[in-house]
Amino acid sequence: MTTTLQPQRMLKATTPAAAPRSTRKKKDKGRGYETRSLMSPLSLQSRRGKLMYWTVLVVVVTGFTLAFVFPLYWMVTGALKSPDELAQIPPSFFPKSFDFGVYADAWNQLQLGVFLKNTVLYAGGAWLFTLAVDVTAAYALSKLRPFFGKVILALMLATLMIPPMVLLLPTYLVAKDVPIFHFDLLNTPWAIWLPAAANGFFIFLLKRFFDSIPRELLEAAEIDGASPLRILWSIVLPVSRPILGVVSILSVVTVWKDFVWPLLVLPETDKMSISVGIASLSAQMPQNVLIASLVIASLPTILVFFVFQRSIMAGLTAGSLKG
Amino acid sequence: MAHLTAKPPVRRSLPQGAARRAVGRNLTAYGFLCGALICFAFFSWYPMVREVVLSFQENNFVDPAKWVGFDNFRTVIEDPAFRAAWLNTAAFSGLALVVGYAIPFVLAVVLNELRHARGYLRFVVYLPVMLPPAVGVLLFKWFYDPGAGLFNQILDGFGIPPLSWLDSSSTALISLVLVSTWMNLGTGTLIYLAALQSIPGELYESAELDGAGLFRRVRHVTIPQTKLILLVMLMLQVVATMQVFIEPYLLTGGGPENATVTVAYLMYQYAFNFGDFGAGGALGLMLMVVLMVFSTIYLRVARDNEGGR
Repeated sequence: MTTTLQPQRMLKATTPAAAPRSTRKKKDKGRGYETRSLMSPLSLQSRRGKLMYWTVLVVVVTGFTLAFVFPLYWMVTGALKSPDELAQIPPSFFPKSFDFGVYADAWNQLQLGVFLKNTVLYAGGAWLFTLAVDVTAAYALSKLRPFFGKVILALMLATLMIPPMVLLLPTYLVAKDVPIFHFDLLNTPWAIWLPAAANGFFIFLLKRFFDSIPRELLEAAEIDGASPLRILWSIVLPVSRPILGVVSILSVVTVWKDFVWPLLVLPETDKMSISVGIASLSAQMPQNVLIASLVIASLPTILVFFVFQRSIMAGLTAGSLKG
Repeated sequence: MAHLTAKPPVRRSLPQGAARRAVGRNLTAYGFLCGALICFAFFSWYPMVREVVLSFQENNFVDPAKWVGFDNFRTVIEDPAFRAAWLNTAAFSGLALVVGYAIPFVLAVVLNELRHARGYLRFVVYLPVMLPPAVGVLLFKWFYDPGAGLFNQILDGFGIPPLSWLDSSSTALISLVLVSTWMNLGTGTLIYLAALQSIPGELYESAELDGAGLFRRVRHVTIPQTKLILLVMLMLQVVATMQVFIEPYLLTGGGPENATVTVAYLMYQYAFNFGDFGAGGALGLMLMVVLMVFSTIYLRVARDNEGGR
């Protein structure tokens, strides 16, 4: 269903952020002479047009800030308020005192250190495991093309059509008692790592990118006697950096944000991920300590977003083109 | 087909060595594939089969499982929460569409016109998506607090009497929709924005020359040009919102009076609170059938999309 995409489009879809942005920049400098969108540049030049434009801009910037940044501001400052100040009506806009001790309380009382360490272990392991498993599989399907390769690919992509929630119970039962081997994966990192690698979307993204690598490049290496593993390592991987970046970030962020699966397979308090840990201990905590722990839990993902914004958005639009 | 470009080199290989090379290539390929095959087999393919089997069995995981036919389905359907769960799930999905489907598109259209603060606006709208969902939901739980919660304080500021949000069966579900929309708005907005940027400017130009005003340009240029992505997002959103679990799990526990119990949450309760995996499996199978209908429409839309290019 997805193999009909053309290679040229594939490349575009994996690095979409760069192309539109460069035209945008040109456009900004020329105040909208190159390409136009809904509003004509001419109508924006007039006095009335300019007034309208600036009004809309101010409204949108204020609205977005109130809707998306203010709740986070309220969270960060809420943690600094004492329980009395939190219950006060009307609320104080700035906290009366900046007592960062509450963050230390949250860290100690909620064993956030343990939860964070666990989550790093789960997300990091899932990342390495996903890359190792999915890159080799996508390479085999794209370049070695074994018998039944198309069937296998179709079966892997078909899993994208099954909503994950409806397979929650049977997958849990597998993790509890793996068929044939009879391992109990509950409360072990494997319960996170193994299912994380079974991701049809990553296989799809990687295979689509590998398909677009010119065959001549690989053939030259083959003639020189390089083994398939060597070709993968020395030729395919270095040119695939953009897509590897997208898949890496998506896999880490997905595992980091996941809630339901770790809730089921990691029930022991010492093994919980940070989301599950905070949620399960939230009822026993004073309000301000709980809020402080929310701040700590959201910092890593926001930092990741800050640094890898471009790759994350590229992955998002690549996802929208999947079909 | 992408494969076409890759075919000739294989045919070119010498006849006598071809068979051996094909075997070798296959062995290597399956060596590379085995990790993925194991992961998919155990955690994707087998669970699909298990899901169907599970829903027709009575299973306490000590004695051998017993086939019970449609008993599990009967148990589930006779549960008074069954009707509530489906109605709530449909209402949640519907409300999420009303609130969360048009807004991202409108935001994207406006954002696409702005020449300033683009990076900031795009960053900010996606910020809630990056929060772990549990954090977003717990944050809103505090905002919904009927006493000193942020939302009632804001209402108070405008002189509006406070609402009981999660504690009243009339407002609980819409409260869940609000959190969910706030957390997921950014995805749709950025996807639409990318789609809008590929609309050729000449189309707007000629529409304007023909005398089309702002709204007619949106209706006759913007919407037709983004129709496919709009349809695809509609299907994806329905499938995503019908699996709602974390909001009722963390905010309301299905209450008050089953006002927020959803299908996925009921399924979880059957399995992990009542220990009845068979009934949970039956409910999951029903949800799967309903969602597969939407997935199939999505697939068809996506396929038409590709055929058209």
